[in-house]
Amino acid sequence: MKKFLPWIIIGILVFGLYSWGKGFNNTAVEHEANAKTAWSNVESAYQRRADLIPNLVATVKGYAAHEKETLEGVIKARSEATKTTIDANNLTPETMAQFQQAQQGLSGALSRLLLTVERYPDLKADKSFLELQSQLEGTENRINVERNKYNEKVNIYDIHTTKFPGKLLAGLFGFEEMPRYKSDPGSEKAPNVEF
Amino acid sequence: MQKIKLTLLFVLLSFGVNHTIFAQFDIPDKPEFQTSVYDYINLLESSQKSSLERKLVKYSDTTSTQIVVAIISSTNGENINFLGAQWGEKWGIGQAEEDNGILILLARDDRRIAINTGYGVEHLLTDAMSKRIIERDIIPFFKRNDYYGGLNKGADAIFEVLSGEYQGTRQSNNDFPIGFFLIFLFIFVIILISISKNKRGGKGGNRGRRTDGTSILDAIILSNMGRSSSRGSSGWGSSGGGWSSGGGGGFGGGFGGGSFGGGGASGGW
Repeated sequence: MKKFLPWIIIGILVFGLYSWGKGFNNTAVEHEANAKTAWSNVESAYQRRADLIPNLVATVKGYAAHEKETLEGVIKARSEATKTTIDANNLTPETMAQFQQAQQGLSGALSRLLLTVERYPDLKADKSFLELQSQLEGTENRINVERNKYNEKVNIYDIHTTKFPGKLLAGLFGFEEMPRYKSDPGSEKAPNVEF
Repeated sequence: MQKIKLTLLFVLLSFGVNHTIFAQFDIPDKPEFQTSVYDYINLLESSQKSSLERKLVKYSDTTSTQIVVAIISSTNGENINFLGAQWGEKWGIGQAEEDNGILILLARDDRRIAINTGYGVEHLLTDAMSKRIIERDIIPFFKRNDYYGGLNKGADAIFEVLSGEYQGTRQSNNDFPIGFFLIFLFIFVIILISISKNKRGGKGGNRGRRTDGTSILDAIILSNMGRSSSRGSSGWGSSGGGWSSGGGGGFGGGFGGGSFGGGGASGGW
């Protein structure tokens, strides 16, 4: 009996370690998957905005064709922004910063466009422009909401993987910290699309 | 010492003041009693409130789409659509699978109203449509200080936009329509009985007819029993209770856990 006792203790220890590791790993995988889903929702909200732009540009052109520079700026920023996407498996602070920068460029170009619109009362009263404007407003809100949700999910994941003693296992299993979506410097608020 | 205490108190107080000035709006906790109208500033008269409440609960009973009206004084500087989306998400308005919740948020002192749509109604009640309802149906009333009129008309407009979507997806613990159905049957049975009695009285002991009458009755009652027993424990009594509370009793089954993605629109007056 005495001979087996150490083996039994080792067995219990191994089993305990195994179930701890398994529990940690599976929860982390779950949280990570949730955060990735939230991220793809963020991207689709941005995509939604990009999809609105051709219509918006066409409508504005109808009234203000000579605002060429502003219109081209928006088109250019849009193509820049749609080019920059992040694979959900490759969410790092660097790719995130890149993505944010591209989208910010588009936000800036859009708010310049909406500012020039101020000078065209006919355009402002145009029915399709009004519809586009409300869609744009809703989309900016969606972007904010989805970003918020993404950050909440990342928060859950990050807490799980960085709290001691989980942190030890996170390093072992290769769970890295996920980047949060930081609010855009200098433009905490969405471009103002109200008139 | 006294001075230090005083300054400390002052510092604490000024923190408190700062906090209230810059505080964002705190969304109330999900209420225990889940219904369709939450008027935190008593903007509506109680008869108006209960009428709107009944209307929206009734709509939810037939379509499972939950429309909630929340009336506050101010969003404390927060974007009303952003706040509305968080609010709807926190309370879980709408059914979890359909995400068919709608939150109408009215901030009286900001003079703004927002319609927030759950993921499942976005494709029908689009942003542009929400904006149109706000501008055309709601704001004209609000400009005349008729808040009930605007909300009522807005609700009708939303019903119209959503018509035909989400039917028969009621939660199983909501037994209001079945109660209604049973009562209807009960009345029907009484009418049948009185008719058969009349006929018996008039024709004077026609045995053939009499057995016919009872067999119809038997069939109805038996089929009825089969119905109620197949639904589990709910019998006549409990279904009746469900019906009587169906009017002002809030949403049957409460908020279903629907999710909001930020769709909708807002407008000011």
